[in-house]
Amino acid sequence: MKGAIMKQDPLSNSTHDPMMPAGEHSLRVNGLSKNFPLGTGVGAKQLHALEDVSFTIQQGEILALVGESGSGKSTAARLIARLMSPTSGNIHLGDRDVLSIRNKRLARAYRKNVQMIFQDPFSSFNPVHRIEHHLARPIRIHEIAKSKGETQEHIYELLSTVGLNPPREIARKYPYELSGGQRQRVAIARALAVDPQIVLADEPVSMLDVSIRIGVLNLMLRLKEERNLSYLYITHDLASARYIAERTIVLYGGFVMEEAPSDELMLRPHHPYTKLLLSAVPDVNRGFERTSRHTDGEVLSRIDPLPGCPFAARCPNRMTVCTEVTPSITQIEPKRFVRCHLFGEQVSSQ
Amino acid sequence: MKNESQILAIRDLRVRYNSERGPVTAVDGVSFSIMQGEVFGLAGESGCGKSTIAQTILRVLRPPAVITGGSIEFRDRQVLEMTDEELASFRWREVSLVFQSAMNSLNPLITIGDQILDVIQAHTDRNKRDARERAAEMLKRVGIEPDRLRSYPHELSGGMRQRAVIAMALSLEPTLAIMDEPTTALDVLVQRQILEEIEELRTSIGFSILFITHDLSLLVGFSQRIAIMYAGQIVEMSYSSELVREPFHPYTLGLLDSFPSVNGERRKLIGIPGTPPDMSAPPGGCRFHPRCAKAMERCRFVAPQLRELKPDHWVACHLYD
Amino acid sequence: MEANEPRIPGVTAPSVKTRPDNNNIGLPHPKYPLRDLIRKLTQNKKVVAGGTILVAMVFVVAFAPLIAPGDPMAFVAQANQPPSAEHLLGTSGQGQDVFVQLIRGSRVSLLTGVFVGLIATILGIIVGMTAGYFGGAVDNILSVVMNVFLVIPGLPLLVVLAAFLPRTPATIVLVLGLTGWPGTARVLRAQTLSVRTKEYVSAAIVGGESIFRVIFAEILPNMASIVASSLLGGIAFGIVAEAGLEFLGLGDTSRVSWGTILYWAQNNAGLLTGAWWTFLPPGLCIALAAFSLTLINYSVDEITNPALRSQRSGGAILRKLYLRSRATPVVPNEK
Repeated sequence: MKGAIMKQDPLSNSTHDPMMPAGEHSLRVNGLSKNFPLGTGVGAKQLHALEDVSFTIQQGEILALVGESGSGKSTAARLIARLMSPTSGNIHLGDRDVLSIRNKRLARAYRKNVQMIFQDPFSSFNPVHRIEHHLARPIRIHEIAKSKGETQEHIYELLSTVGLNPPREIARKYPYELSGGQRQRVAIARALAVDPQIVLADEPVSMLDVSIRIGVLNLMLRLKEERNLSYLYITHDLASARYIAERTIVLYGGFVMEEAPSDELMLRPHHPYTKLLLSAVPDVNRGFERTSRHTDGEVLSRIDPLPGCPFAARCPNRMTVCTEVTPSITQIEPKRFVRCHLFGEQVSSQ
Repeated sequence: MKNESQILAIRDLRVRYNSERGPVTAVDGVSFSIMQGEVFGLAGESGCGKSTIAQTILRVLRPPAVITGGSIEFRDRQVLEMTDEELASFRWREVSLVFQSAMNSLNPLITIGDQILDVIQAHTDRNKRDARERAAEMLKRVGIEPDRLRSYPHELSGGMRQRAVIAMALSLEPTLAIMDEPTTALDVLVQRQILEEIEELRTSIGFSILFITHDLSLLVGFSQRIAIMYAGQIVEMSYSSELVREPFHPYTLGLLDSFPSVNGERRKLIGIPGTPPDMSAPPGGCRFHPRCAKAMERCRFVAPQLRELKPDHWVACHLYD
Repeated sequence: MEANEPRIPGVTAPSVKTRPDNNNIGLPHPKYPLRDLIRKLTQNKKVVAGGTILVAMVFVVAFAPLIAPGDPMAFVAQANQPPSAEHLLGTSGQGQDVFVQLIRGSRVSLLTGVFVGLIATILGIIVGMTAGYFGGAVDNILSVVMNVFLVIPGLPLLVVLAAFLPRTPATIVLVLGLTGWPGTARVLRAQTLSVRTKEYVSAAIVGGESIFRVIFAEILPNMASIVASSLLGGIAFGIVAEAGLEFLGLGDTSRVSWGTILYWAQNNAGLLTGAWWTFLPPGLCIALAAFSLTLINYSVDEITNPALRSQRSGGAILRKLYLRSRATPVVPNEK
């Protein structure tokens, strides 16, 4: 296995850690970038939504992608879900290069292995179809069950697994008859229906009441244990990232800013942006202290951006170099990576 | 509670509306009061009736909703008896409302400066120049450059729009500002900034806030007192520090156990099982009993009353009867 | 806190006795299945009126030969005779029974309309949804085609085409269908563009649905009311336009239809001689058919558009409660 993954693109700034060999069912993203043209024509401005993002998710691992709006996290999910194509970079599932798949059968196999849970429980279901339709379609398409009876059984089993009982009644309902939390459970069931290897969860609990969130997160954890699933958990909430994910990546302005094991990241953050985020998280056990880190302004525009660190304008530790040169990723510990000039140009791991 | 500084007293409020499935009692016997200069937090899940209360205080709830009982007293005046003219001067000037997703409800065809102007001129006698000055001043206080008076809503980010809405609500310096989920859908950093700005404004202008949200973690430390609502009723009410330190009601306990921590110990949380009840047919007895780990036989048939267990700490639960 | 009975010191609004059916005045329905839609349709006055007329016409079309037997083209009496017991609508300028012609001609008129509506709608769906779903170059090309067809003046085109194509009902259906589709296509394109961005479309794609099924099984059902509306409008257009073509003599004048009755009435100077029974009945029937379809069309829109409905029901409630105030009403609980 080890030999197969060493094709490193020397032009890419990616953080490919050779100590983490890609397993047979791992998802590897390398140098992924996505630009959106604004307007038409050759001279159109480009919105740089995602820049040079690389990470690996091993089988049975949960990786959290944390960022605010405009950080590119949803773009990353949509690229991996093949809802759009990247401007550059590649994606590998196991050994296979996903973006070069032309064969219909292989494309469908990819969809079977990589599923997605969407953020909005209100618009991710077609209002004219019953719940059973939403679950039956993927099952039929990927031939998980052969007959109508088998499909029904499978659907009831899935609904039961995600805690929606009685399954027969729920299956016959229309989406508007269920609450937000129930719909997200159906969304999980839908993703599980085809027995995938990895589930991309795009802010699955952000639109639910806080009292419902834990139930859904616990369900996701339990399923991961039972089925050895991997998750890419996308969120703006650091606390839930720490709760559910072993490793966390912090995104800002489309760039990976920091990557570390979740506990390490939260307890000993390195990047100034991570520190800022942590100080802003409301905590039940901590009062509302006035922060001294009152930063000015909004997210910097990523339209035709100039070189330099995207966070420079808001960074309390800004230096001159930060507005001129885009920092590259450096590895400061075996499992910790930071993109920041404060950490100098240590030797990148090969 | 000292009565001189009490500005709002709600007693046994009941609000009902007729839905396709029959009458729904959204608010069923809610009583609480707010003091001068206080931040009062109202927490609960979606559908528990907290937004209904906000709109009822200003009597902006549209039919088919009707107020079927109780009273709302604002500084010795009965809001439920007010005529339309009285209400017109009452709204915005004494009590204002920042309702849910207000930032998305700004008129897209009018600049935000003009929208604030509209509010000021509709409720006061100021001439246009005075009003414009006031609008610019309010925007500055919420952290928006005055030259953005001429911007249209779509030209501003979500955080900016929310700040503009807050500026609008505070432009006439009301005694009480009701804020319904003012920071939902905003990023963590922006949320933080806005809360800090609101706090600053509150200490300088001196208004009270009724802060409504489903996210209890925002209220702790930001509000002085908190009331927890469930299915149209208040189940626990106390000072925030007291509530966190010694929660009584199982629902409150469940809520507090729903927040993973970034820097505390890492442990498995339980949260609250089940889903909120269907308000057209709520459970009998204590409405929380189907989801309560400590439910007893009595809880299924008898509704608990809100009782003062400790000074200024109210709970409605049979565990403490 | 005072624990007291809910007593309101003095209310401004009179207390209201609510009738049982008031309980159904309610908030707009969220998305609903077809069953509920049909129920709502049958409660609406416009639908009932329009529907009755349509049902009557369908009945006539189905049983035409039984209702008015005999050869409609046969010479039966003197020309231009006013209505009598023997010939209910009198005779035409060529001595034919107008009533028989009217009843038997309903088939061609109405069926042509139906087929025109169907073709225009189906074409509109295919072109409009393809343009809306794929966007980009495909959309650009198809939009140009749509706009070209929209810009070309309809009636002159019809006249030109009908003038040198074979004179059969099939030609008319084809010609009318080809001029009727762009309106539907444009509307459906806009709707598709909007629905395309919904997350459930992305969810279907991620689940592995083929593009064909995404468009026709996921997006199209959400546009059912617009499609229904287009279909009804297309049928109305078809009926009227067919009559127009026949009247101009561009159709098949050897077959009987409402348009040809008008054509012959014109040719035989029915207007000049005051023989109103030769042109008024077919004209009325055409108008009535189009009217009933339009009635149903409008009410479908009203039913499926929640905003329109809640305005109606909100106003109704206010009127029923006799309140002039717009503040939340205070009503003591009577239970």
